[in-house]
Amino acid sequence: MPATEPGVVFWILAVVILVSGFLVVTLRNIFHCALCLILCLFAVAGIYVLLNAEFLAAAQVLIYVGAVAILIVFTVMLTTDLASRSLVQHNENATIAFVVCALFAIGVPWLITTTGVWIPPKGELPADNVGTIGKYLMTDFMLPFEVVSVLLLAALIGAIVLARKEHS
Amino acid sequence: MFYYLALAAVLFAIGLFGVLTRRNVIGILMSLELMFNAANINFVAFNKYVATEALVGQMFAIFIVVVAAAEAVVGLAIVLLIYRNWRGIGMDNVNVMKW
Repeated sequence: MPATEPGVVFWILAVVILVSGFLVVTLRNIFHCALCLILCLFAVAGIYVLLNAEFLAAAQVLIYVGAVAILIVFTVMLTTDLASRSLVQHNENATIAFVVCALFAIGVPWLITTTGVWIPPKGELPADNVGTIGKYLMTDFMLPFEVVSVLLLAALIGAIVLARKEHS
Repeated sequence: MFYYLALAAVLFAIGLFGVLTRRNVIGILMSLELMFNAANINFVAFNKYVATEALVGQMFAIFIVVVAAAEAVVGLAIVLLIYRNWRGIGMDNVNVMKW
């Protein structure tokens, strides 16, 4: 495997992602968790830019940082009273779950390094990222594109039906 | 490429820890988003370093983002419903479907 050292930007983004991700799962105040999640998703968008996925980075900022995070913050404000911030947020599985996840986090990178066979890259990424994705959406990925629009409509109607107040 | 894959693996482990240990439904949903993002980083990294002739990995990641958004919408609507019925969103109370 060609071990190309990534630049300093990658390390900054990786530290931001891992620290904020860890805070998301460990902080007690769920509102602070939501803010850390926004930071983490933003740093992931930076990783996408490093990997030449400009359109995906823009979509990440728009959809995750813009829409999903706002949705989560709204739900936090609608459901939890912020006075109950000293609530115990973890259940009794915390120790065993920590062991399993630590094994996963150490074992998978170890497996990646010890696996010798890597397919060499063929050719170059298309230079026009956004244009190529637009062409794909209208040609090869036409059917998934339409199916996803139906899925979004179903999610929209489902959320309205679920969250609406019932007048009996 | 190893660094990106390792970053995604550790991020996935963090999300898994959150899903396994959170008492709060919103906390579980946020940890799920972390796991989705770890998978997306893997897709884009493989797209850049292995299958470079087309942008299929990025396309797949875009569809994952859309499906994750739909999942978050429906999930948070369910959270509101749980809150209305149980006056709280701790997962310990929500055991009516437990056999």
